[in-house]
Amino acid sequence: MTPELLITLIMIVPLIIAGGIGVAGKVPNIREAVTLIGAAILFGLVVMLVMQVAGGARPELVLGEAAPGLLFAFKVEPLGALFAVVASGLWIVNSFYSIGYMRGNRERNQTRFYICFAVAIFGAMGVAMAGNLFTLFVFYEILTLSTYPLVTHKGDAAAQRGGRIYLLTLLATSIGLFLAAIMWTWALAGNSLAFVDGGLLAGANISPAVASALLVLFAFGVGKAGLMPVHFWLPNAMVAPTPVSAFLHAVAVVKAGVFTILKISMYIFGADLLASTPAREFILWTACFTIIVASLVAMTKDNLKARLAYSTVAQLAYVTAGAMLANQAGFLGGGLQIAAHAAGKMTLFMCAGAIYVATGMTNISDMRGLGRKMPIVFIAFFVAALSIIGIPPLAGGWPKYELMQGAINGGEPFVLAVLIGSSLLNIIYLLPIPILALMPPPGTPEPKPFKRAGGAPFLTVAAPVFTASLCVVIFFFAGDIANFLAPAVSGGTATSIIGAQP
Amino acid sequence: MIDLILNLAPAWALEHAAPLLIMVPLVLAPILAVVPSGRIAWIMSIAATVGSLLLAIVLLGLVQTTPGNVLSYAVGGWRPPLGIELRVDSLNAMILLMISAIAVLASIFSWPTVNAEIPVRKRPLFYSAFLICFAGLAGVAITGDAFNLFVFLEISSISTYVLVALGAGRDRRALPAAFNYLIMGTIGATFYVIGVGFLFAATGTLNMAEMATMLPELSGNRSIHAGFAFIIVGLGLKAAMWPLHQWLPNAYAYSPSFVTMFLSATATKVALYALIRFLFTVFRPDFAFEQASFMFLLAPLAMAAMVICSFQACFQTDVRRVLAYSSVAQVGYMLLGVSIGTTIGLSAGLLHMFNHAMIKGALFMAVAGVVLTYQGTHVRDFAGLGRSAPWTMTGFAIAALSLIGVPLTAGFQSKLQLGYALFDHGWWWAVAVVVFSSILAVIYMGRILEAIFFQPPLNPRKHRKEAPILLLVPLWVLALANIYFGIAAGFPIGLARDAAAAAFGVEAFR
Repeated sequence: MTPELLITLIMIVPLIIAGGIGVAGKVPNIREAVTLIGAAILFGLVVMLVMQVAGGARPELVLGEAAPGLLFAFKVEPLGALFAVVASGLWIVNSFYSIGYMRGNRERNQTRFYICFAVAIFGAMGVAMAGNLFTLFVFYEILTLSTYPLVTHKGDAAAQRGGRIYLLTLLATSIGLFLAAIMWTWALAGNSLAFVDGGLLAGANISPAVASALLVLFAFGVGKAGLMPVHFWLPNAMVAPTPVSAFLHAVAVVKAGVFTILKISMYIFGADLLASTPAREFILWTACFTIIVASLVAMTKDNLKARLAYSTVAQLAYVTAGAMLANQAGFLGGGLQIAAHAAGKMTLFMCAGAIYVATGMTNISDMRGLGRKMPIVFIAFFVAALSIIGIPPLAGGWPKYELMQGAINGGEPFVLAVLIGSSLLNIIYLLPIPILALMPPPGTPEPKPFKRAGGAPFLTVAAPVFTASLCVVIFFFAGDIANFLAPAVSGGTATSIIGAQP
Repeated sequence: MIDLILNLAPAWALEHAAPLLIMVPLVLAPILAVVPSGRIAWIMSIAATVGSLLLAIVLLGLVQTTPGNVLSYAVGGWRPPLGIELRVDSLNAMILLMISAIAVLASIFSWPTVNAEIPVRKRPLFYSAFLICFAGLAGVAITGDAFNLFVFLEISSISTYVLVALGAGRDRRALPAAFNYLIMGTIGATFYVIGVGFLFAATGTLNMAEMATMLPELSGNRSIHAGFAFIIVGLGLKAAMWPLHQWLPNAYAYSPSFVTMFLSATATKVALYALIRFLFTVFRPDFAFEQASFMFLLAPLAMAAMVICSFQACFQTDVRRVLAYSSVAQVGYMLLGVSIGTTIGLSAGLLHMFNHAMIKGALFMAVAGVVLTYQGTHVRDFAGLGRSAPWTMTGFAIAALSLIGVPLTAGFQSKLQLGYALFDHGWWWAVAVVVFSSILAVIYMGRILEAIFFQPPLNPRKHRKEAPILLLVPLWVLALANIYFGIAAGFPIGLARDAAAAAFGVEAFR
């Protein structure tokens, strides 16, 4: 298949799935079959596209012109391909998990739930393959709007409040800052918004002050990247059912945010312009601040999903920090973090969901000794937590390594200290959960019996086990991923980064 | 489509399109007044507006194909500058197309609401007043004569006062609203005619094109300056330029639903057109004092409108008043585009004018549907309507998202163009105001949307009750147009750029 056709199909398939789910809504089994088969087809298509990108192709597809200078265009480069493959691959896992969770919990409005999910995937694919900022922005907003019904799925007062904060924060930052930055870029670059190797604005003669203002607008305008102080939508989005938190708020939505930041750093600013922009330091410090403070806040949360949410905020800031290092290792670390953190954090969320379905528990303090009853879930949790901390041989080790390398190359040694501190904080707030659950101190009362007869449904246990094992697999294939990303992060001239790795 | 209509049009229509566009509704109006039945009056008003729309399309096609892109028609065979000239260029061809398209949709949608809100014996008269109002608006847009513009302005205004006052059947507050509008509108028109008098005294002509050629020599003349000021204030009042907008919220909130919808989509736009015509064609933008007025008068007023009226909209409890204040704020967007004083800026303002007509038209149509079925315009009355009237409310939601400026809607395109023009001119601080105002729009529209889709109905007995089909079809035409022109904005942007080029008298750019 030609790459153009592949891009078209990848954009159409999620919409067909959404339509199919709507048609088959009355018959749950067929509806779920549509989701699963569609997700598998989508993943297959993305993999085929990734193969071509790995072969050096940079397929482009221009759908048309919305207005003079504003093209609906797609262009697939390695970073976007990586994001697309991560999102579409984990969607399959998540679909299995969703079925187990939603049925196990007897949630209502499941058809609407699956439709919105498919539309969200459509948005994520569009973000991943967007060929210019305009297209990216359009799909970014589709992602925002399609996930709102998912966040408010429960429909009670708390869900509405959380959903309102979610929508208002993301819309206000994107329309308020991101869109303004896009328009400014558009005017500065002379009627173009395309992603250009080496940076769209690299050639334009813009003053440091303007570049700084633009960077600040982008960094805080892309609210999905969760940089403090625009992170608070994420903890509020935790009112959503767990599959949504697991997939959208650990993978698709937040990764779309940090992916956008990386993309802007690499293709709008370019490493050179970014390095000479004064505000880069400021954003880097903000990212470091976010890493530390979000970890500290996570320690104070007893609600498991809230703790994981703050942990996500901290981990997302890794990618922003990597982008702001403005060198190859930094970009590479950011790219690897997108994949590694996705697998790890998704596992953690799915474990939290499995616990909730089985016992109805949401608080960490109630979970002591629970590991005796649900050992597999907590072992998966333990593995994923180790990956987030960054201990080899688990996926999370590589991005941290590359980021440290980037910090040293970029002459920002304090980032090193921040990363190490973050790992220590991760240990403090993540590891006690599985350890106390699996090995409760003597005298711990026996945990309450399962709310649901039979404990967690099979699918809600199998899915986190699968992603936990992915954490191991990614560790060993990190070199391949780095090779794949190399042409993008080194700005066209493929120098061997891999040689510098141990 | 334009070519097709041009080819099908008979020779007399091609030659006399400009006067016919006004004459069709103007001649039909008195006939309607004596028609015995409201239904016949309704059908005749649809026929009249459809005729005008076809003629507007013919005019647009002729303007685009004529060398020089200007059509001039001497009324009664009296050559200008002595006689009255109807002058159509890309700028008013666009305005004419916009208002006649809205008029067609408005008159189709009017029947159910008129049926519910207007007493039987007044219905033919109501349609008669509507056609006069439409003819007046079209006349303002088409004429090339400054005094004739005043005449048409008054024709449309006086009929508008009548239309607003007819809302008294539903809410007695329509009467003071109409009276208030009458006073303010008359002051505006008077200011305008005084200004024209000053210009006439200085130049000795009332023809706009003639005036434009004579004004540069008289640029230091005090009476020109005074005339300029009077015209700006007079037309600004008609266009609801902040702070001269006080007549608007009440007039919109209490008039019959149909009138609100029609006025919001056309009346202020036409006045704004007249303002643009004077600013750019009659007075040239290179007048030093005018440059100053852009920078220090129009832009601050526009931004004040965008911020203050959006805030006011956030605190209104009546949906129609929310939309009315939002209209004033949106006029601010258009004025801001105009006040940049560049072709790109003017085209952004005109594009927003076009888009806003679609947005507000759709919003007020949906509100009219709710007035019809549930008899309430309070935000509380909208609670839960997303379930009981999904089609009406989805149309409302699309237009609301477009008003906010969500991607893939027309409103997004106008914000992009405006932002581009502002950055291009170096007014980055103005973008901050645009953005802030957009966020306020998220709040005031979001409040209504949330009530519609996420709150339980106030009255649990509310059962499924859609607006009538006659109302839904035009509503959805506008809602889909909002999406279509959000995805493929080439046509309106092309129109707006041609129009801006015509206003500046420069070569068309795309």
